[in-house]
Amino acid sequence: MDNYVVEMLNIRKEFPGIVANDNINLQLKKGEIHALLGENGAGKSTLMNVLFGLYQPEKGEIRVNGKPVTITDPNVANRLGIGMVHQHFMLVEKFTVAQNIILGAEPKGKGRVVDLKKAEKEIAELSERYGLSVDPKAKISDISVGMQQRAEILKTLYRGAEVLILDEPTAVLTPQEIKELIGIMKSLISEGISIILITHKLKEIMEVSDRCTVIRKGEGVGTVNVNETDVDELASMMVGRQISFKTEKTEANPKENILSIKDLHVQDIRKAMMVKGLNLDVRAGEIVGVAGIDGNGQSELIEAITGLRKSESGSIQLNGKNIENLSTRKVTESGVAHIPQDRHKFGLVLDYPIAENMVLQTYYQKPFSNSKVLSFKNIYDHANQLIEDYDVRTPSPQTKARSLSGGNQQKAIIAREVDRSPDLLIAAQPTRGLDVGAIENIHKRLIKERDKGRAVLLVSFELDEVMNVSDRIAVMFDGEIVANVKPEETNEQELGLLMAGSTKEKAGEN
Amino acid sequence: MFSNRKFNLLVPLFSILLGFLVGAIIMVVFGYSPIDGYTALWNGAFGNAYYTGETLRQSIPLALTGLSIAFAFRSGLFNIGAEGQVFVGWLAAVWFGITFDLPAVIHLPLSILVAALAGALWAFVPGLLKATRGVHEVVVTIMMNYIALHVSNHIIRAYLLESGSRTYRINESASLRSEFLTDFFSGSQIHWGFIVAIIGAFIMWFILEKTTYGYELRAVGFNPHAARYAGMSVKKNIIMAMLIAGGFAGIAGAMEGLGTFGAMHTHAGFSNLGFDGIAVALLGANTAIGSVLAALLFGALKVGSLSMPPVAGVPSELVEIVIAIIIFFVASSYIIRWAVLRFKKEEK
Repeated sequence: MDNYVVEMLNIRKEFPGIVANDNINLQLKKGEIHALLGENGAGKSTLMNVLFGLYQPEKGEIRVNGKPVTITDPNVANRLGIGMVHQHFMLVEKFTVAQNIILGAEPKGKGRVVDLKKAEKEIAELSERYGLSVDPKAKISDISVGMQQRAEILKTLYRGAEVLILDEPTAVLTPQEIKELIGIMKSLISEGISIILITHKLKEIMEVSDRCTVIRKGEGVGTVNVNETDVDELASMMVGRQISFKTEKTEANPKENILSIKDLHVQDIRKAMMVKGLNLDVRAGEIVGVAGIDGNGQSELIEAITGLRKSESGSIQLNGKNIENLSTRKVTESGVAHIPQDRHKFGLVLDYPIAENMVLQTYYQKPFSNSKVLSFKNIYDHANQLIEDYDVRTPSPQTKARSLSGGNQQKAIIAREVDRSPDLLIAAQPTRGLDVGAIENIHKRLIKERDKGRAVLLVSFELDEVMNVSDRIAVMFDGEIVANVKPEETNEQELGLLMAGSTKEKAGEN
Repeated sequence: MFSNRKFNLLVPLFSILLGFLVGAIIMVVFGYSPIDGYTALWNGAFGNAYYTGETLRQSIPLALTGLSIAFAFRSGLFNIGAEGQVFVGWLAAVWFGITFDLPAVIHLPLSILVAALAGALWAFVPGLLKATRGVHEVVVTIMMNYIALHVSNHIIRAYLLESGSRTYRINESASLRSEFLTDFFSGSQIHWGFIVAIIGAFIMWFILEKTTYGYELRAVGFNPHAARYAGMSVKKNIIMAMLIAGGFAGIAGAMEGLGTFGAMHTHAGFSNLGFDGIAVALLGANTAIGSVLAALLFGALKVGSLSMPPVAGVPSELVEIVIAIIIFFVASSYIIRWAVLRFKKEEK
């Protein structure tokens, strides 16, 4: 008789037209980190929403501490000691950590006045006990994303959670914050908390979890002990076929300089200098990966190249012509394509059909319009062609971009950008939030563009990605390129140190 | 399952029905017969040629202010300023109609154009402030409404006053009225403006759905960030959307000046044409055809309700409540949409 804190047995959940979960079993032992692995759309979130009481299952049984329960809403889940930290935080920006945590469960002092002092003290104690080091009096808008996440974790603990569901907790964190989060998770389980970790990042699972349940296309594939498996097995369980992690590519064959940046200075919106005298060259037929921790000027660099932000000084040349401080449209027309880092916010008009999204920069050109009148026939013909060539899975070109999966949205953006045959392709975080199958596809696409003789500038916070895909790595720290290294001549350790600001000599010693 | 299109049509129809139902309950509660009341409303709106003409006449400016607000809405802007744009359009059209004496084929279109320019100019200010300084258009347009109201009153009193509170009459060559229409609708004040409104609706549909301008405006309305990343000028589009929206509202003013009244009066307060236009646009789901249909409903309610006190004996205060409730339900079609979706979900 194992002592399971939570058991979900033969869960089935249907939505009109689809079975989101079928025949899924998940048994959580006390004090373990249990990973829930699956591709985007495999049904992970549905399953967790069933456990959290947001959905009612059609079939199956949920047991908490061995007793069958019916979880009708999140309040019931809370009372049973189940807490969930959503991928998108549920915090009031203008409130302090403590105010956020007690929201909805305010401790009442004399005369029904909220006893914030008492709450702050309790929260500080909790924070210390689990090694979270959160300041209860800090305002949410003033603290980092990592800290906000800890405030969310504290919120569930404050409400007496013994089972913690973490939904893609590392998606928003920097490598350093991920390391800290892993430490926190370990200290939580040592205090008897059990954790369900929803993720599609295999390395994290190998690093922290005890066991892992895999679901694929809504069905349970099985549960494995993490120390008896490896990344390859997990990946093939998740995707249903073999996945290669080492992106296959031939030696780069760089030619002439396409992009040449000299002594570039760029300010951010608060007038702080974020890019400080940056020099960078990207040649035709090579992929240059910019590695760096978020906030070291990467966004400002890309915005300056693409004309979205004015630079203060310095030059940006494309094929020998100055393009600094041209309008975005002029930059686009001169041969720059840009896969933006936030596809929902910057890459797509979600309420436009896929076809109209595929002409977002070219709608005013022939054949998509003629004397300012749009030619929908040509727009749709073009879309059908791209959908076929780039394998975008969509019911039709009329489908709104909003209804596509993340991977297919990204494929649509890449199709649009690459199809313009740009000289320079800028890819910012092109695989963020995508599952391994989609990541593989996108990496192959970038390499294909390189092989066609295009210059590719890849900006990513994922070291794996930079290491696997780039032909040359430019490490960015505090607004400058501090080192240029070859991926085969470096390792994650050295890159990590360079990204944190050590010099090449020092980093090399380690 | 309904198709999306069908659903978009059903929700406003259901809202209208619900509004009438609650209006009926209120009449019953106060001891009046809803059947008599609604019969009077119907006859007062469509009972004979005269009333039908009046309903159409009332719908014309509402359709145009509806188009104005819908157009701005599709571009992501809330044009509360249609009210003020109506005033300046009205004044400009009347001024042009009084001052110049030209052949009708030139005078009439030019008068309408002048009104459109005046309305566009009035909307340009909030557009410019929004685009360059990020000032919210709702604040500026509300202030522009008051400026329009008082400035137009002053100009009428100082330069155009004929007698009492009315300006000189416009020259015949600028008038939208015609003997033929008046006779056909048994002496109603109906004028050729309904053709202007239909052309306006067509222009809005064409610009938004068929041209590159509309493609940009809608893209900016849905997601200004993505539009900027794709190389569109968000500022230019904000200003352009306000200019066109202001133009429609200015023409709505011209309909009053060149059609219904043939002059302009000083106003003690707002005409409400611009504000009712918000409800018209909402009910019409911010589409061109929808705004025209919604304007017909509002025109019918406004004209038809005048017959309820004398014919059915329902006191005019109660009539106003009933009409307000119908408009309330109509305008809250968003809530009803939500409720219906919720209901459908539960069924599953």
